[in-house]
Formats: sequence, structure tokens, C-alpha cells
Amino acid sequence: MTSATLTGAGDERVARVGLVKRLLLKPELGSLIGAVLVFGFFAALSDVFRSARGVANWLDPASSLGIMAVAVALLMIGGHFDLSAGVQTGTAAITSGLLTTYYGVNTWVALLLSLLLCLAIGFINGYLVVRTKLPSFIITLGTFLMLQGLNLGVTKLVTNTVVVSNFNQIVGYDVLKAIFASEVTIAGASFQIAILWWIVATVLGSWVLLRTRFGNWIFAVGGDLTAARNVGVPVQRTTIALFMTTSFAAWFIGTTQIVRLTSIQAQAGFGQELIYIVAAVIGGCLLTGGFGSVVGASIGALIFGMTSQGIVYAGWDADWFKFFLGAMLLLAVLANQYIRRFAEQSRR
Amino acid sequence: MSSEKPPLLEIRELTKTFGSVISLSGVSTTVRAGEVTCVLGDNGAGKSTLIKILSGVHRPDGGELLMDGKPVQLGNPRAALDAGIATVYQDLAMVPLMAIWRNFFLGSEPTKGWGPFRRFDRQRALETTRRELGDMGIDIRDPDQPVGTLSGGERQSVAIARAVHFGARLLILDEPTSALGVKQAGVVLRYIAAARDKGLGVIFITHNPHHAYPIGDRFLLLNRGKSLGDLAKSEISLAELTRLMAGGAELEELAHELERDPSTGEKTATP
Ligand SMILES: Nc1ncnc2c1ncn2[C@@H]1O[C@H](COP(=O)(O)OP(=O)(O)OP(=O)(O)O)[C@@H](O)[C@H]1O
Ligand SMILES: [Mg+2]
Repeated sequence: MTSATLTGAGDERVARVGLVKRLLLKPELGSLIGAVLVFGFFAALSDVFRSARGVANWLDPASSLGIMAVAVALLMIGGHFDLSAGVQTGTAAITSGLLTTYYGVNTWVALLLSLLLCLAIGFINGYLVVRTKLPSFIITLGTFLMLQGLNLGVTKLVTNTVVVSNFNQIVGYDVLKAIFASEVTIAGASFQIAILWWIVATVLGSWVLLRTRFGNWIFAVGGDLTAARNVGVPVQRTTIALFMTTSFAAWFIGTTQIVRLTSIQAQAGFGQELIYIVAAVIGGCLLTGGFGSVVGASIGALIFGMTSQGIVYAGWDADWFKFFLGAMLLLAVLANQYIRRFAEQSRR
Repeated sequence: MSSEKPPLLEIRELTKTFGSVISLSGVSTTVRAGEVTCVLGDNGAGKSTLIKILSGVHRPDGGELLMDGKPVQLGNPRAALDAGIATVYQDLAMVPLMAIWRNFFLGSEPTKGWGPFRRFDRQRALETTRRELGDMGIDIRDPDQPVGTLSGGERQSVAIARAVHFGARLLILDEPTSALGVKQAGVVLRYIAAARDKGLGVIFITHNPHHAYPIGDRFLLLNRGKSLGDLAKSEISLAELTRLMAGGAELEELAHELERDPSTGEKTATP
């Protein structure tokens, strides 16, 4: 965007690169086109889909996925996956729930403890990855399984059931509800406050990625680790910080869920980790790291929300949703592959 | 060459072994500001080992490094960078998917604002990148394009410009021209000359005496970890450099062998 002014009028070779190809280098472009198409498709099929109530309905699943997708996209651009991100939302909610409802711990202390627990999990994920240099896929698969077992085991041990409930009876629940789960009525439809947090997360994440030193380091660590280390980028700190950011997002979403539902299943979040990755990939993140967009990941989450609700409004069987999602993922991966080859093509 | 001022870098009797392999033994040379010292040698001669010691990757087993006449220890890459030694590799230290200007300032990003609002000063980074590349005579179409789309020579040039910008006093280039065509190699050699003219000391590692001779002020010849000579330009000719480089007698023998065939009329090597 700045290049036109920088190169001035003189260099005829700039024109040869071509506007189309320059646009292709914007990682979020594909997802934007996809979102417009998906919206147009379902809006044509169903009146409710494009009504205020419909919009509020599909923005809701998009928002909680979107907050996670922002963090997961940053992590993926930094070159890593976190398969434990989904179950960490459950871990956060179960910890807060058990501490308050079963052990009578002060609400704020309990929330702080569950936050610290999540950050510690993120730290351990990151630390193991930078220390062992093993793929994050396998490290976080380990923590994923461990946490899944812990979530169920501890919940059963303490409650003798697989659910932690009565969260609405704790002290300060009203305040929590206002922060995490209040609703705003616009045009007769009630919108979740999570949508606002989603927008905040997207703007903040995008700003960090594109406008700060840390953002430059994220691209570098994911793009070429040795090169980053050789020019003095603190690669270990950057990687660990990214895992901890993902854990923070998981804590936020887990808390949102237990506040909204007032109870949480011990299996909560299980399987979601792949959906986060799908949203990030639809948004233009490369599986190999070093390239991607936070805004794109949010648009990926939006596509997810629109498709999941749109299929219901269109009167189809919900089973089709997975098919659509998979098809979109494949399309996105192919497009990303092409863009990458273009960006990396070398005339050596 | 004024003898009152100590040289920028002096290497004294440097030795390095890896297990039983003697990679370097008793190698000495000097690098002066505004001069180019070329290190030549065959594969496995120890050239990369030498520069890895100078860039803080390896610790020497024996010998001394002096900067401005004072002994220095280079324990890690950061220490070497802080001492003003910048190393440029062919493909290392550039992230292909990142824009040129992002790569240029990677690890040393200028910032503006304070506290939580401290951010990457993009405007300054873009402008500086353009200016610095321009100053080196590097013609880059668009600083926003990914480094991966540059040719090998252009990439090398950006890396050199970056090292020069960050105030390196000593620039080390490990075989910057070996993967390049004649024209691109010429471009890189010109940038090396530009860096030298800015007053930097340069260590230029190469296989190719034809690249080294025109630009070098001093030549260190290595063979199997030993110094075959550490000579000023006045002490050696291109022909002699080529001869020493290729293992002297062996090349003469080879040349002899190749020359004989046509005269005897044997058709052993007709293309
Ligand atoms: N880390 C290491 N461990 C063991 N041996 C090593 C190591 N690094 C270098 N060597 C050995 O030291 C010798 C010199 O290697 P070096 O890489 O310095 O050669 P070079 O002159 O740079 O060769 P080339 O022209 O092929 O790059 C070689 O025999 C090599 O096998
Ligand atoms: Mg080498």
C-alpha cells in the first residue's frame, strides 16, 4: 500500500508485478471473497438469515471461535500449532467452577487461579517446544491428551458427575455476566457482548502483528527460525509468548462459556482445536508458518458462523455443515499454496 | 598502509580442532579499515571455520583475536555483532516470505511511542531501507515485496546493505558470489567495493581467484587448515594466486596433461 509512493513514478518494473498479483499477496483476500460468497448464498436462500435476528444468531458462534482464531493465527504465523487449545477452554471453566462452587474460593481469586493455570500450560507447551525442538504438533498432542484426562478425572472425582454446575450462584456472578455474557438489543435482536470482544481481539491482534516489533518477530520466527536467531530475534521468548497468548484466549472463552451456560461439561472444548486451525487456514495462514493474517482468521470464523447457521435457516440437514467446512478448507489450502509459491518464487 | 595505527582486526596463530579433525592450525592475517582481505581455499580448507570463529559461532582452541590492537573474546553471535562484526551468508538471515524492509530491520526494529503504545516505526523503516539500498546503488523495485522474490544477487546485496547500515566495522562475506552468474557476481563485488570505500574492513571468502584478485588488498590462502601464505597484493600476481589456489603443482600437472593431447594427435578429449 505504501509502495506506490515509495517507488515513485520512475520504475517501470513495478507495474509489471501487477495489481492482481500484489493483491494476491494479501493473505486475507481469499477469505474475504469467500465470506461475501457465503453471505450472498445464504442471504438469497433465507430471509431470516439476513434479518437482524439472523445476523445476531450467526455472529454468536463466529465470535467465540473468532477470539480463539485470532490467537491461533498468531501462533500459526509463528510456526506452531496448539492442539491443546480446545481442551484448555474446558480446563479454565472447570477450574473456576470447581474452585468456587465446591471449595468456596472467592470468585476473583478462583478466576485468577484458573488464568494462572492456563498461562502455565501455555508456558509449558512453549517451553517444551523451544527446548526439545520437536514439532509443536506432537508436544501439544501430549498436553491435549493429558488435559482431556484431567478435565474428566478431576470433575468426576470432585462432583461424581461429568458436569460442573450452579455457577450462577457464586458471589459476583452479576458482574461476571455483565463482562462476559451480557446482551445488547439492536433492531429488535439481542447481540452477545462476545461480538464486541471479538472485534477488540481482532483489532489488537492485527495491530500487534503488523505494527509492533513483536509482530515482526512472529513473522520471522515462523518464516525462518535460523535466520531470525542469527539477526538477534529472541526466538524462544517469542514462541513461548505465542503459546501463552493462545492459553489466555482459551481462558477467556472458557470463562465466557461457564458464565453463559452457568455449567460446564467435562468434555467442553474437545475437538474445537481443529476448528480454530480451520478458521486460521481459511483466513490465509500457511500451515508451515511465516505467512497469514489475523483479520483473515476472524473472517474465517465469520464464514464458519454463517455456514453453521445458514444451513439451518436454509432448512437443510445440519450434517451438510461439515461437508461445506471441509470443502472450504480444501479450497483455502489450495489457494494458500498458490500464493506461497508466488511469494517465494525465486529467480536465482 | 600506515603502520602507526593498529589494524582493525588481527588474527594470530588461530587453531581449531573438531575431535580429531584439525580444521585450522596456526592461521594468521590482518584486516584494515577500508581494505579487503580475501580468504581463498579449496573445499574443506577451513574457510567457514575461520569465519565462524570471527562471528562468534565457534570458540578457537588456540591463538588470539585482536581488534584495534586489543585482545577480544567473541563468545556468541551477539557479542560479535556488538563488536561491530557482521557476517553475511548466501541464504541465511533473510526470511523469504517477509518484505524487504521488514527483513532489513529484523531484530533491530526502530520504534516510536511509549509504554503499551510502543510500535514499529514503519515509516522510518521503509524510508531508511530505500535510502540505504539507494546509497549502495542497489536498484530495488519495491521495498514491500517479499525477499523470496529477489534474485540471489539482489538478496545478497540487501544483506550487505543491512550489515553496512547497522554500523558493522568489519563485514564478513562467506562465498557471496559462488552461486551467482557473472553479471550478478559483478554486482555483488561492486557492493563490496562500496562498503570498503565507506571505510569498513572486509573479509571476503571465495573459491574464485578472479573474483578475489581485483578487489583484494590482502590474500590469505588456506589448504587443509594450514596457511599457504598471507600476502599483500604487491607480493602476488593473479597467475600465482590461481596457481596456489588450485594446489600449485597439481594444477600444473593437470594443465600439462590437457595440453599434450592435441599435439600428439590423440582424440581422447574431443568434444
Ligand atoms: N562442526 C564441525 N564438526 C566437525 N568437523 C568440522 C566441523 N566444521 C568443520 N569441520 C571440518 O573442518 C574442515 C574445514 O571445514 P570448513 O567448513 O571450514 O571448510 P571450507 O573451507 O569452508 O570449505 P567449503 O569451501 O566447502 O565451504 C572440514 O574437514 C570439515 O569436515
Ligand atoms: Mg565453507
